[in-house]
Amino acid sequence: MSRAPNETWKLGAAALAARVRDGRVSVTDAVESGWVGPASMWEHDVNAVAHHDAEVRREAAAGASGQGPLAGVPVLVKDNLCTVEYPTTCASRILAGYRAPYDATVIRRLREAGAVIVGKGNMDEFAMGSSNEYSAYGPTRNPFDLSRVPGGSSGGPAAAVAYGLVPVALGSDTGGSVRQPASFCGVYGLKPTYGRLSRYGLVAFGSSLDQVGIFARHARDVAVTYAVLAGEDGYDATTRLGPAPDVSTFAAGVKGLRFGWPANLWAQGVDAAIVAALERSAIALERAGAVRVVLDFLPGTYGVAAYYLVATAEASSNLARFDGVRYGFRHEEAADVRAMYTRTRSEGFGPEVQRRILLGTYALSSGYYDAYYLKAQRARTRIRREFQSAFAQCDFMLLPAAPSLAFKVGEKTDDPLAMYLSDVFTIGANLAGIPGLTVPAGRTSENLPVGVQMLGPEDSEPNLLRAARALEVGGDVALLSTDEDPEFVWPTKR
Amino acid sequence: MSISREEVQRVAELARLEIAADAVDRVAAQLSGILDFVATLDALDLGDCEPTAFAPAAAPLRADVPDESRRLGPERATAAAPAAEEGYFLVPPIVENVNP
Repeated sequence: MSRAPNETWKLGAAALAARVRDGRVSVTDAVESGWVGPASMWEHDVNAVAHHDAEVRREAAAGASGQGPLAGVPVLVKDNLCTVEYPTTCASRILAGYRAPYDATVIRRLREAGAVIVGKGNMDEFAMGSSNEYSAYGPTRNPFDLSRVPGGSSGGPAAAVAYGLVPVALGSDTGGSVRQPASFCGVYGLKPTYGRLSRYGLVAFGSSLDQVGIFARHARDVAVTYAVLAGEDGYDATTRLGPAPDVSTFAAGVKGLRFGWPANLWAQGVDAAIVAALERSAIALERAGAVRVVLDFLPGTYGVAAYYLVATAEASSNLARFDGVRYGFRHEEAADVRAMYTRTRSEGFGPEVQRRILLGTYALSSGYYDAYYLKAQRARTRIRREFQSAFAQCDFMLLPAAPSLAFKVGEKTDDPLAMYLSDVFTIGANLAGIPGLTVPAGRTSENLPVGVQMLGPEDSEPNLLRAARALEVGGDVALLSTDEDPEFVWPTKR
Repeated sequence: MSISREEVQRVAELARLEIAADAVDRVAAQLSGILDFVATLDALDLGDCEPTAFAPAAAPLRADVPDESRRLGPERATAAAPAAEEGYFLVPPIVENVNP
C-alpha cells in the first residue's frame, strides 16, 4: 500500500520510524509533515505549542541519524522538561526566556532513539491545573471542540497528538496530568510506575508524586516509547534499579488476565457516556479472554484531600528556588534582596501557583505539620493498602480517568476546589506510586472523546499495554482502526 | 473561616509572596474552603498507618568519574541569570556596608 507524501503526518510513530529506517520517508519530511499539514489548520486555534523554531527543527532533522526505534519521529515535549535548544519556562512568567544548560535524561534518550524534538508543549503553569487555562501563553483549546478545555496540566502535548502535529508527546503526571488530558483529547496517556522514567531535567513540582508520561495515538507507540525511555539513570537517585518491565508483549492478548470492576463506583456522579464506555470496554476485554472480578473498591474524596496537602507542601518547597537570582524573571526595582525575592515571586507566579504555594507553606508551617502533612502521608499509606488488597484479586482495574468529559473553557476557574475534585480517579496512582493508562474509548454523539483508565500494581505496564492493545483491536471500543498502519481519525474542525 | 486574614498574611510573608490588600479576603475565603475540605481527613481512621515516604530501596553511588560533557562551570551556570558577572550571581545588597 503506497501513501501520498502529504499523508505522512497521519502515521503512528512505529509505522513512521519503519519508513524512515528503510529510506521511504526522509527525516526532514517526517518531521515537517505535521507542520505543513495539521498545524497549519489547527495550531492557531488550539495553541498547543509554547515554543518552537522552524530553523532549529530543520537543523535537528538534518543532523538526525535516521536510525533507531523512533527514527525520524517528531516529538513535542511539555514545557517543564529541560531542552538545550528551546526555552524551558513551565508556562510561567517567572521563567520567561529561560534556557536550560542541559537536556533532561528522557530528551537524551529520545534523541538516541532517533526522535527529533520539535518544540515545547503548552501546559498549566508549573503543571498546576486540570484544564490548561493557567498558562502564561494563554489557554490551550480542545481540538474536538474549541469551546472546551483539553484537560491539564499536559493539555498542549495531548492536544497536539490529537490533532496530528506529532504521533508522540511527553507530559508529566503528578496527579493525573497525563491521564486526564488523554481522556479529554481521545489519545493514549501512560503514567508509568514511580521511578521507572528518569526525572533528571524535569522541573520538580511534587517530588514524591511526579512522573514523566507518554501520549500517543496507538498502544504500540506507547509501548515503543516506554521501552526507549524506561530504566535507571545515574542522574536521578529515585529511579528504580534493574531492567524495566518488558513491554514488547503488548500484542500478546489478555487471555486469563483478571480485571477489577469497581461495582460501586457509578455512585460518584460519573458522566453516563463514560459509564457506558467502561461497560463496553469490560465486555470487549471479556470477549478477548480476560476475566472480570467485581471489586469492593471506591477511591474516596479523602484521597483528594491527602493529595492536595502532599502536592502543595512539596511544591511550596520545590518552588522556593524561583527567587530571581539564578534564572528567568527578576523584579528590578527592589532596594534589598528580600524585597527582590517577594516582588519577583509575586509578579512572576500566576494566581493558581501562588494559591498552592500558600496552602503548602501553611501545611508545613510550625504547629501544623503533624495535623496536615503528616496526616496526609498516613492517609497515603491507607490508600496504598486499599490498592494492594484490590490487586490481590486482579491484575489491573478499570476506572474512569475523570468524572466528566472535556468541560467548557472558564467553567471551573472560579472554583479551585471543584477543579481539584475532578482529579478523584487519577490521584490515587500518584499517591501509591503505581502505573495508570488512559485508553481512548470512542466519542459521544457530539464528537467528544471518551476515555477509560486502567490502573495496575507497580511494574504492571506490560499488562496495561496488553489490555490497551486488546481494546484497540477489540472492535467497537476504539474508533481508531487497527491494521498495520492504522488510519488516523482526526477531529472534525468546527 | 478556618484561616484568618492575619494568618494569610503571615503565610504569604513566609512564602515571600505579597498579596494585594484588596485580595486578602478573597484568598482567605478560597484557602478556607480548601482547608475545610482537607479537614475531612480528621474523620479517617488511620489506625496503624505509618506515613508513606518513597525512598529508593538502595542508593548505590555511580562511579566517581567526572563527566566533562555534563560539567557546567561558572560561566554556563550563571548564563541564564538575570544579573551575573564573571561567573558570579549579582543580587541587591544583603548586608549594610558598615566599613565604607
